[in-house]
Amino acid sequence: MKTRVVITGMGVVAPNGVGLSAFGKALKTAKSGITHHKVLEDLKFSCQIGGIPEISEALKAEYFTKLQLRGFNSSGILYGSIAGIDAWKDAGFKVHPDSDLDPDTGVIFGTGASSVDKFREAIYKVDEKQVRRLGSTVVLQTMASGISAYLGGMLGLGNQTTTNSAACSTGVEALLMGYDRLQAGRAKRMLVGSCSNHGPYIWAGFDAMRVMTYKHNETPEDGSRPMSATASGFVPGAGAGAMVLETLESALARNATIYAEVLGGEINSGGQRQGGTLTAPNSKAVVRCIKNALQNARVTAQEVDVINGHLTATVKDATEIQNWVTALGRSGEDFPYINATKSLIGHCLAASGAIECVASVLQLKEQFIAPNRNCDDLHPEIAKLIAKKNIPTQLKAQPFNIIAKSSFGFGDVNTCVLFKRYKV
Amino acid sequence: MIKAELIEKLKAIITPYVQDEVAFKNLTEDTDFIKDLKINSANLVDVILDIEDEFDIRLDNQDMEQMLTVKSAMDIVTAKLNG
Repeated sequence: MKTRVVITGMGVVAPNGVGLSAFGKALKTAKSGITHHKVLEDLKFSCQIGGIPEISEALKAEYFTKLQLRGFNSSGILYGSIAGIDAWKDAGFKVHPDSDLDPDTGVIFGTGASSVDKFREAIYKVDEKQVRRLGSTVVLQTMASGISAYLGGMLGLGNQTTTNSAACSTGVEALLMGYDRLQAGRAKRMLVGSCSNHGPYIWAGFDAMRVMTYKHNETPEDGSRPMSATASGFVPGAGAGAMVLETLESALARNATIYAEVLGGEINSGGQRQGGTLTAPNSKAVVRCIKNALQNARVTAQEVDVINGHLTATVKDATEIQNWVTALGRSGEDFPYINATKSLIGHCLAASGAIECVASVLQLKEQFIAPNRNCDDLHPEIAKLIAKKNIPTQLKAQPFNIIAKSSFGFGDVNTCVLFKRYKV
Repeated sequence: MIKAELIEKLKAIITPYVQDEVAFKNLTEDTDFIKDLKINSANLVDVILDIEDEFDIRLDNQDMEQMLTVKSAMDIVTAKLNG
């Protein structure tokens, strides 16, 4: 028999809300976290808007010691640590530097790049022949697995501790890798999630590729327009999302709060064949990913009530909808409700999957469908495929059981996971 | 620089890195940075950099290897200042 896996804790650091309650409220009210950033304007970026979570110095001090903050210059590790610690506490565990080692819990926490800001700092010093003046903090903040190393130590986790990286699929991939480890009976709990840095040095490459919008520098909140006829590229974001996955047996034994059940999912790649490239998806592989996810989760296409899409606000949104239509064999009014969290927070890159999984599970737990922002002018190609009523632009209270979440990424990589409402 | 003044300056520098407050309170010249104060060995290089900044001196790799106790730190800093 399959080991059942549930979610017993969550944490989130998003551009429109830090912490579960602020983020949940922002989802319901379609609060945008996108603002104009002078630093991008000064550096002559085409896209000068972005989503950056607000973290005060006081909040930082609640999570990090003064010593940890000396020479600390990594927004990704900052966001990931806050989300991870919050998820762990939310699951009912205490955080203490002298806590007993927990051999039954591991952490898989992904990121796209380690701290480029810390790298920049170090590179300047090295080129000035000051390598001996770098101090001890460079390696930990620039190694890819910095975030899992920080979290593993702060929480005293003794099972597998690692970082995964699969571009914008990273967050969902981390979740499914943690799920697999629980399925394999190798751990009782896995802290999973992903994080992404903010700022010009991480976003510059995308600006250079002209995949970010340059049309909304004066109207930042209107900039992120998934599924809109006037979508003109994504808006960059940053943050982190985290979840504590736990075997149902372990969760019940300690009487934990259960947010939802993870039914399973799929991870695959289009192999950059059949129309797939480093940057464009192979639609056949996307369809196969969704279909296999349903099969692995033992869910029929008809049972999917809501979709939280990848939907970035590029020309590929219509392709994604077409792929969902093909995979589910459902279209028009029969199509599930769909939401694009990126309309509120932009594309948080490696963190996007994890933040959007938190958004998905909050909707499932609290039985609502979050409004989409900026898509009143639905893209005509999308309007041909699915009914407008299935893309809510107002908060909708809605009883439902199953939500599907997908993330896709550069390298032609795909992920899809199915969450189910847990009833006691 | 008189000894007491030097010790006070060193104490201020190592404060953020100390993991054993009791040993820090009872600090003497014989106190060992790692064994007694439980300073993370990786942080010793940060202590050295802070000492360099405070006293405007430069410490080479050999100095760093020897600088394991309050006394050895005082001796090396004093020698540099007088040198």
